[in-house]
Amino acid sequence: MTANLAATHDPAPADGTPGTQMPSTVPPLVVDGVTKTYATRGRHKAAVTAVNDVSFTIAPGAAIALVGASGSGKSTLAKMITGSERPTTGSIHFGDTAVESLRTGGLREYHRRVQMVFQDPYGALNPLHTVEYTVSRPCQNFLGLSAAKAHDRVYELLETVGLMPPEQFAAKLPHQLSGGQRQRVVIARALACEPDLIVADEPVSMLDVSMRAGILRLLTKLREERGLSLLYITHDLLGARVVTDEILVLNEGRVVERGQTKYVLQHPQDDYTIKLLDAVATPYAALESPPVRESPPVL
Amino acid sequence: MALLEVKGVDVVYEPDRGQRIWSVRDVDLTLEQGEFVGLVGESGCGKSTLGFALTRLLRPPAHLEAGVIQFDGVDISSLEGEPLRRQRRNGFAMVLQSGMNALNPVRDIAHHFADIFKAHARQGEDLGSAVLRARGAALLESVQLDPDVLSSFPHELSGGMRQRVSIALALALEPRLIVFDEPTTALDVIVQAAVIKTIKDLQALKSFTAILISHDLGVVLDATDRVMVMYAGRIVEDQPSAELLRGPHHPYTEALLGCYADPRAEEIHLGGIAGSPPDLSLQQAGCSFAARCPLVEDICRVVDPELTGLGSGTAACHVRARELKTDMEVRS
Repeated sequence: MTANLAATHDPAPADGTPGTQMPSTVPPLVVDGVTKTYATRGRHKAAVTAVNDVSFTIAPGAAIALVGASGSGKSTLAKMITGSERPTTGSIHFGDTAVESLRTGGLREYHRRVQMVFQDPYGALNPLHTVEYTVSRPCQNFLGLSAAKAHDRVYELLETVGLMPPEQFAAKLPHQLSGGQRQRVVIARALACEPDLIVADEPVSMLDVSMRAGILRLLTKLREERGLSLLYITHDLLGARVVTDEILVLNEGRVVERGQTKYVLQHPQDDYTIKLLDAVATPYAALESPPVRESPPVL
Repeated sequence: MALLEVKGVDVVYEPDRGQRIWSVRDVDLTLEQGEFVGLVGESGCGKSTLGFALTRLLRPPAHLEAGVIQFDGVDISSLEGEPLRRQRRNGFAMVLQSGMNALNPVRDIAHHFADIFKAHARQGEDLGSAVLRARGAALLESVQLDPDVLSSFPHELSGGMRQRVSIALALALEPRLIVFDEPTTALDVIVQAAVIKTIKDLQALKSFTAILISHDLGVVLDATDRVMVMYAGRIVEDQPSAELLRGPHHPYTEALLGCYADPRAEEIHLGGIAGSPPDLSLQQAGCSFAARCPLVEDICRVVDPELTGLGSGTAACHVRARELKTDMEVRS
């Protein structure tokens, strides 16, 4: 890893996290000194550095939050990790695979192992295809399952993501589902080809607050049960706190703060992190301490 | 006299084909001059539809099925054409959720202001371009934008700046009531906090009456004095913000509050609300929240609870109303 000027807290891996005892097949993702520069077109040519010398590692089974406001470079970084953009300098390794040098065939195999969950569940599903069709395509394309086997697997996957009973959802079209249900379909599709790493780009920001907890819990559960690694990209610090162990705060393409999620949120050093924390709309900010509820919140 | 007095408003979506949807059901509300009220609920609960109904912006297939909307003593629910335009000039405006994308891409911002001033010009008003620009510049300054923005085109501005422009446009005719429909939903957190602060400051300064519609109870509690919670087309709770935060009456409000936590807290318990809201194309029997409610009893599935006075506000819940009644009997 290259030296980084970011305020670094002890990134002590949370020992005993369920993700750490997992099959050794999931390799670490190593992002090393990655920079991405875009040239603007038109009369006034200029270079924009979207990501500037970023390094981090996602250990097998770990969950890392990449936090920053719009334009901080988090989505660009996600695109480089999923192989749809190449870094200008630096390298990204997933185990032995050098992501930036992958071409068609290698990229296809890489996509089986690294899947993405997108921000907008309304735009990520083809409105003309049923849930079953959407989720069965990766089973057939990547795993080579027969139609009958893919059918069984779709039902399993729908159960995994909490769309139960599956027969009630399999034949539905996206417009018949709520936003939270659609996002579950997107997650089921991402899980279909048994990936090792899921890159979730703002998976709850388009959902109602009341639906968010369910999706966050699902991501945590998948990580614990399947041992997959997670890169959780967000500007929602509460979600980051719930889902991840380690956090990287990005501002203008640079990592400005990193460390254990809880520690960083409780002891933010960087001005930008503090600003993000202050911007979180939490109704309890007005109270000295949150009210004690007799009945636990509805789950 | 209250600025806005609404009684028994029903809004129905009636498509050419398919089912009728009762989106807003029997809503009563009263807003005093200068109040800042939040309207909160999940997607599809009818909160935006109610906002459109109050500002007379419903378009087919939606229509006002029943109800009276008294704005400043005048029933605007059945006004059309010129009388409606005159009432609009006299007083109410809306900032749309996608307002930032509603700007005309081939016209500069100055043109947008000029449009409004010309459409609602009073007799003998000076509509010279220098005057209009000065008025536009002052409005932009009130939402913390540089007057130079007048010469910009929408694509040259960021999302937050465009949303500020649409707020400035809503302020142009000095309305007495502004409905903000999810004004910050598409913006990132820091920009969102800044835009909400601008709205709050403007409201305090100009003391117009405001309704802030949002699915985000956190944002609403932060900004407003009073919160109305909407569920399946009805208002189920109405309380001052501070009291609602300390003691929500309706189990739905309580569940909404449970969806929040401070990310800095030592332990985090994050709640959600399982299930989804009822199908609004069907007639409801009993309380519409019964299917998702942790306190549900037999009566809830049969009798629809009325909004009744509970402590500092009102709520529509059989269980909570009875608890409070017993509580008071014990005390007295």
